[in-house]
Amino acid sequence: MASVTLKKINKHFGSAHILRNIDLDIEDGEFVVFVGPSGCGKSTLLRVIAGLEEVNNGDLLIGGQDVIDLAPKERGIGMVFQSYALYPHMTVRDNIAFGLQLSRESSQTIEERVASTARILQLEPLLERKPRELSGGQRQRVAMGRAIAREPRVMLFDEPLSNLDASLRVQMRMEIAKLHRRLKSTIIYVTHDQVEAMTLASKIVVLNAGRIEQVGTPYELYEHPATTFVAGFIGSPNMNLLSSSVDAVNGDLLSLALQSGTSIDISPVPVQGVIKGDSVTLGIRPEHMQLTTPAAGQIDGEIVNVEYLGNERFVYLMYHADAEPLVIRHSGQQLPMVGERAGVLFEADACHLFNQQGISYPRVLHDHPESALAESI
Amino acid sequence: MNRNIMRILARSGFSLLVVLILVFCLFPFYYAIITSFKSSSELFQASYWVNQLHFDNYQHILGQETFIHSLFNSVLVSTLVVGLSLLLGLTASYALGRFEFRGRSTVLMVILAVSMFPQVAVLSGLFEVIRMLGLYNNPFGLVISYMLFTLPFTVWILTTFMQQLPKELEEAAIVDGATPWMTLVRVMMPLLWPALVTTGMLAFIAAWNEFLFALTFTLTDDQRTVPVAIALISGASQYELPWGIIMAASVLVTLPLVIMVLFFQRRIVSGLTAGAVKG
Ligand SMILES: Nc1ncnc2c1ncn2[C@@H]1O[C@H](COP(=O)(O)OP(=O)(O)OP(=O)(O)O)[C@@H](O)[C@H]1O
Ligand SMILES: [Mg+2]
Repeated sequence: MASVTLKKINKHFGSAHILRNIDLDIEDGEFVVFVGPSGCGKSTLLRVIAGLEEVNNGDLLIGGQDVIDLAPKERGIGMVFQSYALYPHMTVRDNIAFGLQLSRESSQTIEERVASTARILQLEPLLERKPRELSGGQRQRVAMGRAIAREPRVMLFDEPLSNLDASLRVQMRMEIAKLHRRLKSTIIYVTHDQVEAMTLASKIVVLNAGRIEQVGTPYELYEHPATTFVAGFIGSPNMNLLSSSVDAVNGDLLSLALQSGTSIDISPVPVQGVIKGDSVTLGIRPEHMQLTTPAAGQIDGEIVNVEYLGNERFVYLMYHADAEPLVIRHSGQQLPMVGERAGVLFEADACHLFNQQGISYPRVLHDHPESALAESI
Repeated sequence: MNRNIMRILARSGFSLLVVLILVFCLFPFYYAIITSFKSSSELFQASYWVNQLHFDNYQHILGQETFIHSLFNSVLVSTLVVGLSLLLGLTASYALGRFEFRGRSTVLMVILAVSMFPQVAVLSGLFEVIRMLGLYNNPFGLVISYMLFTLPFTVWILTTFMQQLPKELEEAAIVDGATPWMTLVRVMMPLLWPALVTTGMLAFIAAWNEFLFALTFTLTDDQRTVPVAIALISGASQYELPWGIIMAASVLVTLPLVIMVLFFQRRIVSGLTAGAVKG
């Protein structure tokens, strides 16, 4: 159990600058998830924290102690690898006990730790088996067992569930959440999967090309993405991003001119600091739009695709030839058909505005029921 | 009808070919074995069958103290060669297979190049080295010189296998707090077992059968290894070669090899790495 602090971490591979000035504070007991596109440096950052990768400069503190020059073992970390990396020639028991044996614990301590680890992860009936005699989910649990047996201060997971099939992934996700509640250890977790990130994290770190784009709770990231990158990355399907320019601002009233020339009115304006004439990106999530008749909509266009998912539909609407189609989540009664024309109504409250650099304008803060709830706990 | 005949013809043609190849490969061994069971008078009748088993040749050769001595020397030399080759090969391949450093591929090429020289080419130079080390007419001199040809293939084969082990396995060991030596011995070595057995066996056979170095670097009967001892077996007179005894000795020294191969073959469990990674 310990906090982790990264200060100006930089990492080069040859001439490639992979991690750029990473500053991050992770508190004791937090569940932090790194997300980002492939190749953005998530694994590298995790391996830097583990001590498997050296940094070019920067500082790393675990539990207030400078660990940058320490070996992985001395940092008090446990790691679960994407491929599990179990020792194939050892039984489950030996896999879990290996680290303890190496640190010359007494055989009684080893026995106890293995027993308690096996109990926590329900590995008791499997202790004498070899990894090749285990299913994917069981191997996953052994890998976690190996990491927790030494009672590390920080647990590191690198895409631990990406080798499992969908239903097992859901199950293991819950087990990891349970494990965290039980051990209360600090966990740093790398994933591609948004659902994993949103459900597990107490704090999400969005990385992009070796830089931190935004750090925040899942709620903050979803409701207040700091950049267009985060806006587009968090949420599925992605947030719609429409380039436009500011037509008129007047107090609470804001109207934007879209690429198509249509002018739309989003009032009351949810953000501050917008000036007439600015080029801005309007961001709106699929669930914050409503389909209506072409005449009643703020904009209208032709439906080019409908994806049916049972409980809802994703409707793709072409409002302008040069722009990406709008994605609208639709769960209403009437059935939109491909080829029809339809109109769209925007919820002004849920609109995001980003400036030309892709940075969000500061929002006018309303009381959000969820954040109020979070504070009261 | 026609096709059936064709098929039968093709089949029997193939079987015939297999039989021919087998005869070609095995006949010399067969002939050696039956010769070893013949009495000296039978030897010169060209028969391909033993009518009566004679153990005279075996009795004779096992009664010779120098032969027993050279058998012992061979076992000593071959075992040491295998042990040292595997130890050096394993540690070298760990460095060459798992670490990136400048000159890595150069080292690998040099190691390979060493094994390309014919033995005769290095004979005189090696002789000087052995004499300088004071190991002339000493089995340990042979051990060193044999590693000249066992080490290159040991290192190459083990390096190849080492490179195939997943990197995460090694990193898991590092996170678990294993030193490089521990990682090698407790994690890598058990996984390389099949490769170790294979290379060890090849090294043993190479050392066991080596002739040229053994002849050159030893002088006295009590320091010789078996291949030389057999070659130097002489008959009662200068004009007689005791073929029966030579063959009996040859069979005797081949037997351990055959037994060893059969024994270790069972131990080479393939797919030992299954379960290390992925699902
Ligand atoms: N050992 C290495 N040598 C050179 N470049 C490397 C090395 N390891 C990683 N990289 C580069 O660093 C960048 C970040 O790699 P990293 O593995 O951290 O990405 P990632 O975010 O984990 O991606 P993924 O989601 O695909 O796992 C990549 O561009 C990769 O090519
Ligand atoms: Mg990765």
